[in-house]
Amino acid sequence: MAQLGHFAPQSLKEAVSLLREHGGKAEVIAGGTDLLMRMKKGETPPDLFINIGEIKGLDYIQYDDKDGLRIGARTSIFSIVNSSLIKEKFGVIAHAAATLGTPTIRRQATIGGNLCNAAPSADMAPPLIVLGAQLKIKGSNGQKGMPVEDFFTGPGQTRLNRNEILTEIQIPNPMPNSNAVYLKQTRSRGADLAIVGVATMAVMDGEVIKDVKISLGAVAPTPIRARKAEEILKGKRPDDNLLDACGESALLESSPIDDVRSSAAYRKKLIKILVKRAIKKVTESEE
Amino acid sequence: MSKQEIVLNVNGIDYELKVNVTATLVDVLREEIGLTGTKVMCNEGACGTCTVLINGTPALSCMMLAVDGEGKEIQTIEGLADQETGELHPIQKTFVERSGMQCGVCTPGMILTAKALIDENPEPSEGEVREALSGNLCRCGNYQRITECVLTSAENLKNRSTK
Repeated sequence: MAQLGHFAPQSLKEAVSLLREHGGKAEVIAGGTDLLMRMKKGETPPDLFINIGEIKGLDYIQYDDKDGLRIGARTSIFSIVNSSLIKEKFGVIAHAAATLGTPTIRRQATIGGNLCNAAPSADMAPPLIVLGAQLKIKGSNGQKGMPVEDFFTGPGQTRLNRNEILTEIQIPNPMPNSNAVYLKQTRSRGADLAIVGVATMAVMDGEVIKDVKISLGAVAPTPIRARKAEEILKGKRPDDNLLDACGESALLESSPIDDVRSSAAYRKKLIKILVKRAIKKVTESEE
Repeated sequence: MSKQEIVLNVNGIDYELKVNVTATLVDVLREEIGLTGTKVMCNEGACGTCTVLINGTPALSCMMLAVDGEGKEIQTIEGLADQETGELHPIQKTFVERSGMQCGVCTPGMILTAKALIDENPEPSEGEVREALSGNLCRCGNYQRITECVLTSAENLKNRSTK
């Protein structure tokens, strides 16, 4: 079959109807940095590219005290890094965004693209998961929501149906007395995908961990949440033994593989170390 | 492979083209339009060599479809000098005078990234220059001089605009 080409619809409605019409043969392109990379690596290009860059109202960062932060799916990683609002109120999101790619890649790459590309190492996923972020998805049958945590089903695979487009990422206000970090180990100090990425969020009650979330990237077919490791910490005062047990548990909940960036054996060591470090960072009281 | 008719505005000139939908912008700039000033090195978004300016901001032309360049102002290294007199842009002059390049492959991307930086931030610190250029690799390892050239260029441009 001949290639169908390239459309740049002006509205979300038009984009969704194009997706419905062309079924699995069409693919949404935003910044294009992941899609082009996959094509260069030999993936068959879609018959139809649907560029969502012309659609108004997908590129925004909005905040209100009650509902928290809302980021349009087409918002560039660059805008997120440079948003003083995100830096101030959702520092972990700004920090994770700043670790993604090079400055120029960050201008092209988008937060929605980072999630929809569904790389196990996607930098935006672990911090969004520990902050309890939700996705807003538009399809031909209307709108739906889904936690980021439930979005990924495998490498490059998500729960997004073929006629649906991710439109917004919603991040609730952080809990009082909470703190979150994203630690990313790479091969060099420059731009690289994570060997292991760990995000943690803890709510403290004095020295006791009242609530905690741990999410890891690049250690399994999808970004994961280490729930058993979280349970070990809840209601406890963090000490070395507890953090060791937490790191061990996170390791058991992971399934790291060998790849070009790291051996599985090194990943296993890193998981324990980074989880411990990330928990320490969010549970130590700030001086 | 189906082709699509597009118009690309490059350095102020409209080019009517028929391109493969999957062609990258850099391939069309070099192979169809013949503007070979834009270089390709890694061809996978990691080195910054193919940087062009799209509506004034840096973009990796190997990581975007040519068809997505339609309706935008694309500037390549060929468009930086004065289009009438041919006089080099102050950043280009500084790179020539102060040996900002060795083999020259990374230079177009370095200069365009530097231009965007100075346009946005006319008085960058050394740290800001290094951060802005952190996605542009120079395999000759000429970073020290490149950084100095960008700082000097920013100063020259500032002096010129206050004259």
